[in-house]
Amino acid sequence: MIATKITKKTKVTKVFGSNTKAFRSMFFVCFVVTFVFFVVVSAQPTPRRIISLVPALTEMLFAIGAGPQVVAVSTYDVEPPAVRSLPTVGALLDPDTEKIISLRPDLVLTYGSQTDLQAQLTAAKIPFFDYRHGGLDHIMVTMRALGARTGHVDQAEKAAQSLQSAIDAVRHRVAGRPKPRTLLVFGREPGSLRNIYASGGRGFLHDMLVAAGGADVLDDINQESAQISTEVVLARAPDVILEFNSSNRLNDADLKKVVDPWLKLSSVPAVKNKRVIVLLGSGLTVPGPRVAEGIEKMARALHP
Amino acid sequence: MNIRRRLLLVVGAFTIFTGAVMVWAPTVGSTDISLARTFDRSIPWESNVDAQIFFVARLPRVLAGAMVGAALAAAGVVLQALLRNPLATPFTLGVSAGGSLGAMLAVTMNLEFGLLGVTSIPLASFAGSLIATAIVYALAASQRRGLSTSVLLLAGVTLNSFFSALILFVQYLADFTEALRAIRWMMGGLDVAGYAPIVAALPFLLLALAAFAVLPRTLNLLSAGTEAAAAKGINVVSAQRLAFFSASLATGAAVSLGGPIGFIGIIVPHLVRLLIGADHRIVLPASTLFGASFLVLCDLAARTLMAPLEIPVGVVTALIGGPFFLWLLVKRS
Repeated sequence: MIATKITKKTKVTKVFGSNTKAFRSMFFVCFVVTFVFFVVVSAQPTPRRIISLVPALTEMLFAIGAGPQVVAVSTYDVEPPAVRSLPTVGALLDPDTEKIISLRPDLVLTYGSQTDLQAQLTAAKIPFFDYRHGGLDHIMVTMRALGARTGHVDQAEKAAQSLQSAIDAVRHRVAGRPKPRTLLVFGREPGSLRNIYASGGRGFLHDMLVAAGGADVLDDINQESAQISTEVVLARAPDVILEFNSSNRLNDADLKKVVDPWLKLSSVPAVKNKRVIVLLGSGLTVPGPRVAEGIEKMARALHP
Repeated sequence: MNIRRRLLLVVGAFTIFTGAVMVWAPTVGSTDISLARTFDRSIPWESNVDAQIFFVARLPRVLAGAMVGAALAAAGVVLQALLRNPLATPFTLGVSAGGSLGAMLAVTMNLEFGLLGVTSIPLASFAGSLIATAIVYALAASQRRGLSTSVLLLAGVTLNSFFSALILFVQYLADFTEALRAIRWMMGGLDVAGYAPIVAALPFLLLALAAFAVLPRTLNLLSAGTEAAAAKGINVVSAQRLAFFSASLATGAAVSLGGPIGFIGIIVPHLVRLLIGADHRIVLPASTLFGASFLVLCDLAARTLMAPLEIPVGVVTALIGGPFFLWLLVKRS
């Protein structure tokens, strides 16, 4: 747009030659057109009917005071409790476009990979917010961006700052303590050590571990999620194995069932020193406002 | 050269090769271990990392790989002869799709039962394979004149597609992490980390191999046509039944242990045939042995090429096996 205007201006100069008055007035018109264009683009109306397809973003909306504007969420959404009574419109892989459009949203929060949905929304002239998971800092960035987009700039700023300071408080507390070499596991075949998925040296889970005062044993793997073999666990010999379990509560017998398969690897310091720690709760893997609680849990496990 | 000498020579060579692979494979991996330390009894087990890597991480994988590879390759040979179709694989008749569906249900329903140290996924997978085998057999045997191989093939292929559709449906309904785990299982994996699943699968596999041992002569006749086989005095129906059930049992046990690892069941038999001819008396034992060593080598690649990351072994078998097979095909013709 700007580029075409500049060429226009050059042409104008050629045509009018030294007629500076005409040139000035043309320049003024161009300036006004450009200005009006940007004002129109940037002044989107504050959305009143938001649909969120990303649980982390839903939690952020409620944290920044945009909760009342939310009219529907994804099928994965469970937090905060207020969303449980809202209509659901599918999720990451199966968004129900018809239902989304029928709810007449004026903003849809989508995940970056939902390109088909985004194209359909564009065709239906429904604005959308594009998001992808990033590192820990990205959570605060996203909160502020959502605040700006939904008309809650101040509350978003406050929420982002308080989240940042909660994270910093944990960082501060564990600073200077020895960092246990930690394997952060977030998935495997139940009852066995097959198909272990662990955090590599990138992404918010890795950042959470580092903030909680741990050193990631898979630091050198430049991936958010790494599938590793038992050989790698034995070879890397972590001091602590932190394992996320999505259950909210486990009795002792069930907890023992979860931990038992690890006992086979008795040469691993984490196993030898009984530092295979299961952290409960589905919120641990959501990069939203509850992330500070997750870091706190991890810090307590790593530095009892 | 008479058949006995050829059998001895070929099977002997394959046995030596497979033996060498099995001895060598557990000594290499993503980590360097010292064999002296591994077998040093004076170091307590709890602090002997090398021994744990060898005995907990690598040896079970190698054994599982050998078992799964042998079972799938042998089942491939038997089914290709039974169906008189060079494109037949252990996965053609819907047995593995049944096994996969069982595993998918165990993953997505979060079933957490176990038996003798074997977890829910392999158990559900094996049960699925048995159910699929029973359905296919019932369909093929429903015709009056014994077992119809064309019905067997059509029923198997249809059931395969039907189960595959159910698998996709189950995955679609599953929650995101479960769907991911289910998809990962479908790519195959041999990191069993322990001996319980191997011990559990072994009796079924031995049973199938025992059946395979008496099959070769019959397979030679069957692959020439059922009439010809009957004329030679073979009880065609019982021979077909034995071939079908033993191949299904081998496939079910293999899939429950390592997931549906593709390509072995088709590449290995054809490779062996290209190398040594079509006589099932030699092809079957040679394929069994070569299937074992081939999968052990593929798994070695899976655990070392991108270490510390794992490559799903099913991906490796296809990536290595496909081009290698094509090269051999072009070179021979």
